[in-house]
Amino acid sequence: MDALIAEFPRFVGGFLGTLRLCLFAAIGALILGTVLAAFRVSPVPPLRFVGQAWVTVFRNSPLVVTLFIFAFGLPQVGIVFPTFGGNAFFWPGVAGLICYTAAFVCEAVRSGINSVPPGQAEAARAVGLTFQQTLGTVVLPQAFRTVVPPLGSVIIAMIKNSAIVGAFGVTGELFSVDAGNTALGYSALSSLTGVAIAYLVITIPAGIALGVIERKIEVKR
Amino acid sequence: MSTKPMIRMPMIRMTGVDKHFGDLHVLRDINLEVEAGQVVVVLGPSGSGKSTLCRAINRLEPIDSGEIAIDGELLPAEGKALAGLRADVGMVFQSFNLFAHKTILENVTLAPMKVRGTKKADAEKAGLALLERVGIANQKDKYPAQLSGGQQQRVAIARALAMKPKVMLFDEPTSALDPEMVNEVLDVMTTLAADGMTMLVVTHEMGFARRAANRVLFMADGEIVEDATPETFFTSPTTDRAKDFLGKILTH
Repeated sequence: MDALIAEFPRFVGGFLGTLRLCLFAAIGALILGTVLAAFRVSPVPPLRFVGQAWVTVFRNSPLVVTLFIFAFGLPQVGIVFPTFGGNAFFWPGVAGLICYTAAFVCEAVRSGINSVPPGQAEAARAVGLTFQQTLGTVVLPQAFRTVVPPLGSVIIAMIKNSAIVGAFGVTGELFSVDAGNTALGYSALSSLTGVAIAYLVITIPAGIALGVIERKIEVKR
Repeated sequence: MSTKPMIRMPMIRMTGVDKHFGDLHVLRDINLEVEAGQVVVVLGPSGSGKSTLCRAINRLEPIDSGEIAIDGELLPAEGKALAGLRADVGMVFQSFNLFAHKTILENVTLAPMKVRGTKKADAEKAGLALLERVGIANQKDKYPAQLSGGQQQRVAIARALAMKPKVMLFDEPTSALDPEMVNEVLDVMTTLAADGMTMLVVTHEMGFARRAANRVLFMADGEIVEDATPETFFTSPTTDRAKDFLGKILTH
């Protein structure tokens, strides 16, 4: 515990760094994943293909590879992300996490869409709503109710996955704090224990918050 | 029934309509014209294609060939034009299909606001009047699951009427109801028929057919085999299949 106590400000910095990274990535992944799920159930074949292809590519390739492509591969072909507070790896890290996580969000949301009785969409179409209106006002609001628990798991997995971004050098990210600590001579075990605890401080409240959201939206059924 | 237009334009016109479900030929060369204000009841044994006929009219079931026109306008294939036409065709389902996450009032105001662009206050005023008409106004803030089947179906009728439709389609509207709730729904439908609404009703309720219909269609194996007034159909059916059907349901 000596590392955690002595280097507490560094932990706090890393904690905030991870929180920031995950906030951007979670918002992006939830939006993109929902759009992809809409593509996958759309009546337009090219959109269905895009959704299907995205899930196939990003769900089936290792996150580390995806992140390295965003951080090191894309700049080689001229796609350079802007820096964030002097950090060149922040936005590639966020983008990689979004692309990867969106594939899982998409599948969770799609399972939610399939759980809504088909009569709901039929009734919406029968009163004259377009496909987008049917999805947006009738199907998705009901789908999200069943989708909160699996979506929560996806986001918590993403928070833990964000450690990989720290491993390849988003300084100020929680996992990267350990590299700094070991360089200062603290034992790896004590330093990593501190890192693990800091992740729990994010993920456990996230899980509790999800439980609250789940109960809130269930009342109305 | 009410005023006849100068040029005779059927409200629903089906010409040479065919549909298959795999090997099953559910609609065989259907030709049908329904005049404005007419109340048509579709009878027939299960699997005769009567529900499919009803659902084809607003393209919830796409057809294989033939033409369907509503008020002289051909049914568009997909997209905005189809949504626009569906807005003019009210539909009531066997299983109600009220929007489960919306209150009763919201169920009735959603489409006028989203599709017609009606202001919320106006939509709510009109919606409340409709709920009043079907006798559910005091339940306006409840959710569908809190209502009985009969109440839900009356809300579903109000929801369809909120779009001021030219035609109302009823796909077995009382088949999922407990017996004691059937009449409250049929009463609303009878009033609607008396008010001059063009209606196509798939049902097993012979009493409603006798009381409210101008015309009875009898379907068997995907074809319209009889097309007569209720009086003629119930007293002197011409085909054996209709006689057989009536014999089975009118004995008890």
